[in-house]
Amino acid sequence: MTTAAPEAATRPHERNRRYLFEREGVLGPLLLLPSVAYLLALVGFPLVMAILYAFTDITTGNPALHFVGIDTFKAALADPVTRTSLRNTVVFTLISQVLVVVLSVVLAFALRANFRGKWIARFLILLPWTTPIALGTIAWLWMLDSIFSPIDWVLSHTGITSPGSHMFWLGRAHLAMGSVIAVQAWRMLPLATVILLAGLTSIPQDVREAAEIDGAGFWRRMFGIDIPLLLPISAVALLFGLVFSFTDMTVVFVLTRGGPQNATQVLASWAFFRGIEGGSLGEGAAVAVFMFPVLAGLAALILRMVSRAEVS
Amino acid sequence: MAAIGQTTRPGGGRRLRTSARIYTVVGLFALVASFPFLWAVVTMFKTDPDLYNVNNNPFLYNRPPTLAHIKLLFQQTPYLTFVRNTVVIGILVVLITLALSIPAAYALARLTGRWGGRLGVGIFLVYLIPPTLLFIPLSRMVASMRLQDTIWALVIVYPTFTIPLSTWLLNGFFKSIPRDVEEQAQVDGYSRFQAFVRTVLPLALPGIFTVVVFAFTLTMHEFIYALAFVASSDHMTISVGVPTNLVRGDVFFWQSLMASAVIVAVPVALIYNFFLDRFVQGFTMGAVKG
Amino acid sequence: MAVVETRGVRKVFVGDTPAVDSVDIATEEGEYLVLLGPSGSGKTTLLRMIAGLERPSEGEVLIGGRVVNDLPPRARRIAMVFQSYALYPHKTVAQNISFPLAAGGMPKERRPERIRWASSLLGIDHLLERKPRQLSGGERQRVALARALVRDPQVFLLDEPLSNLDAKLRTSAREDLKEFQRRVGVTTIYVTHDQVEAMGLGDRIAVLDKGRLQQLGTPREIYHEPANTFVATFLGSPPMNLLEHDGALVGFRPEHFLPEGLVSEREGRVPFEYQVDRVEYLGSDRMLYGTIPAIAEGVKVIARLPFTVTTPVAEGSPARFAVAESSLRFFGKDSGDRIAPQPLRGVSA
Repeated sequence: MTTAAPEAATRPHERNRRYLFEREGVLGPLLLLPSVAYLLALVGFPLVMAILYAFTDITTGNPALHFVGIDTFKAALADPVTRTSLRNTVVFTLISQVLVVVLSVVLAFALRANFRGKWIARFLILLPWTTPIALGTIAWLWMLDSIFSPIDWVLSHTGITSPGSHMFWLGRAHLAMGSVIAVQAWRMLPLATVILLAGLTSIPQDVREAAEIDGAGFWRRMFGIDIPLLLPISAVALLFGLVFSFTDMTVVFVLTRGGPQNATQVLASWAFFRGIEGGSLGEGAAVAVFMFPVLAGLAALILRMVSRAEVS
Repeated sequence: MAAIGQTTRPGGGRRLRTSARIYTVVGLFALVASFPFLWAVVTMFKTDPDLYNVNNNPFLYNRPPTLAHIKLLFQQTPYLTFVRNTVVIGILVVLITLALSIPAAYALARLTGRWGGRLGVGIFLVYLIPPTLLFIPLSRMVASMRLQDTIWALVIVYPTFTIPLSTWLLNGFFKSIPRDVEEQAQVDGYSRFQAFVRTVLPLALPGIFTVVVFAFTLTMHEFIYALAFVASSDHMTISVGVPTNLVRGDVFFWQSLMASAVIVAVPVALIYNFFLDRFVQGFTMGAVKG
Repeated sequence: MAVVETRGVRKVFVGDTPAVDSVDIATEEGEYLVLLGPSGSGKTTLLRMIAGLERPSEGEVLIGGRVVNDLPPRARRIAMVFQSYALYPHKTVAQNISFPLAAGGMPKERRPERIRWASSLLGIDHLLERKPRQLSGGERQRVALARALVRDPQVFLLDEPLSNLDAKLRTSAREDLKEFQRRVGVTTIYVTHDQVEAMGLGDRIAVLDKGRLQQLGTPREIYHEPANTFVATFLGSPPMNLLEHDGALVGFRPEHFLPEGLVSEREGRVPFEYQVDRVEYLGSDRMLYGTIPAIAEGVKVIARLPFTVTTPVAEGSPARFAVAESSLRFFGKDSGDRIAPQPLRGVSA
């Protein structure tokens, strides 16, 4: 588009600066600018800083950025709690998400049919997810209490354990880990189920009917058609679940504060205790940075799945 | 032939068995999922002697129920302050989110070509960046802005996760609105903005409402930033105030704790149930190209 | 009333293939110009660029002599009717029609008169209080036209407005449209993929394919003097027969392919041995499908005999047919462009 000479142009040319903001090329970026700028400032910038801090000895008492190379990392690695946290995080994430995957598949298939009382069932099943995480976990605090746990009560009154015995769900290392994993699975199951259900209902009816006509029975249909078609969406759901569980600390914090003796400490909670409560921002950042490689890997996987979905 | 004979017979019998199977499975899950809440509902009315007795059946009222603990919750704890803070922060965050994500979503849906798709995915992926990675530098940023220990720290940080999600949802909703009525308004004499307000917004209201609900509940659920940035109970939200503040020393006021959880959980769950289908719809529409 | 011009207009969306590739068109005042082409030919994109809903990647759009590239639709004094009619669903017919007047800032008192004028012109006065969902397809179209008219535009743009109507309704709607435009006399640009519509409505037709202008001319010119094989085969149903011969393409329309005896020697009769495979009786015509083995083995050649031609033709047997020399068209084998006539050698049986 040539700009005409200011005066005598051979063809009259409308100089339209007042319509400038309506042009697609201008308006689009303009409308996106606030959100992008905001996210760059409050996510992009902190992300970079999060990694940088790990190379400093910054504390809340001494907030100057003083680069110390990998000394902070070394200190973090030398700390046995860091290594324990790393191991715990992996265990916590993997087991809870495997549980979620298996259970959500079962539940999604069961919920596919329409039956009376479905609304109530759905309401109850969604409760763990619709409640603020911290509050739902509090209810579990009492359920797993060392003295008054109703679970203990049921166990001893049905004879499974000796009368009056206590399991100390949150007091014993392995049981505490199990409890934390169970609560995490409990609260993430509804979301995974909803996603799978959405995927299930999007399987075209005629594919299933054709299989029925071809003589495929219930189980053959489930494993031959439904599950393969569900794979992409459940893979994405699983990846999301892995990312959230790997980096979350809410359940651990509320239930056990990382105890007993760091048996349930995960990277995220440890980073919090060291960095924010303890004030050693650099060390906290170093611990948090350990999450980064796994996170980046998972994010790359998600990106690849999403772009593959785009193409199809 | 054999196939026909097979299908006619089990019509009633098989369906009955399947129903029973489904009811059992669903019932089990529903029980496990809701058990803590159902039990919390029972607990919140229990008197102390009833509750703190190991020999009592925890599921029944061995002594008559009481409202005393609920009164305690409202009158002698900062609970109402928490509620007020949560609501105020929620409203502010929703407003900020709408102000930023409606234009962004519109731009992504209508005004960008190929690079728009990628940018949309990119914005959405921001949602995946974990707060536990960002909370340390953010706490420093919040402190340097002198917002430490105020609700404003949360107001400016919460949109980092509501905006990506809202933009994605709204993008899907806007895309599903056909362009021709909007373009007709432009040809008929309205500017882009006026055409948008008059033709697109009315049709997008359900989607916007859904976004409001989910942004508000995301804000209400958030724990990590609230824990990291706010220390004094005057400025806490429900999510972080209840676990940290209603536990005084080693004494847990259990009945009040349970009440505080249930009071919040039930209304939110009801609202979520209404909007869930819409949410899923908008989510998947955001993924459909063009 | 104004002249619309496009100069070197080009639009690229994604990738390298342009949706519209350097199109030059100029309408005449008050003319009804049809943009005709298959889907993907760029005709709608071109129309949208004229309307201002898309911005040309290159080139200029002029309306009434002014370059309007930088003007949004509302500043161009145009009216547009979309394929779906885009009626505002929550407004009555009267409110729909007055919408552009409100947008343009016309004072409320003057609007009813304009609305009455437009609606009586289109015969929809009795529908003014109804909502779009209560109207039939044909009625909706007339509301869309009334709304377009009410702004007193200098150009009308119509994007396939008849394709949503039943086939039966389309013919009468076509008539109404032409009548309407004649009365109002506004320059109209009309997009369609239906060549019958184009021929029936257009003062001139611009044939587009793959974003490029293939030919611009009156219906007669386009039909009888096609500029290339695309135009030759796109217009006419069934399309022009094309046979490869002697390094070129020879074409003749099915209605010009007649039994030998009906083509006079004086017109320069070119005889062909026509192997008839199938005869279709369609009432007003007979459609013959066959081949001319002497020129092109296996290439389908169609003949259309009006009912006035009673020559018996049998399936499976050869027949002696001919084409008048003046009805033959020649095209370059690779380019498809029209070339000068060549003598046909070794053809007659």
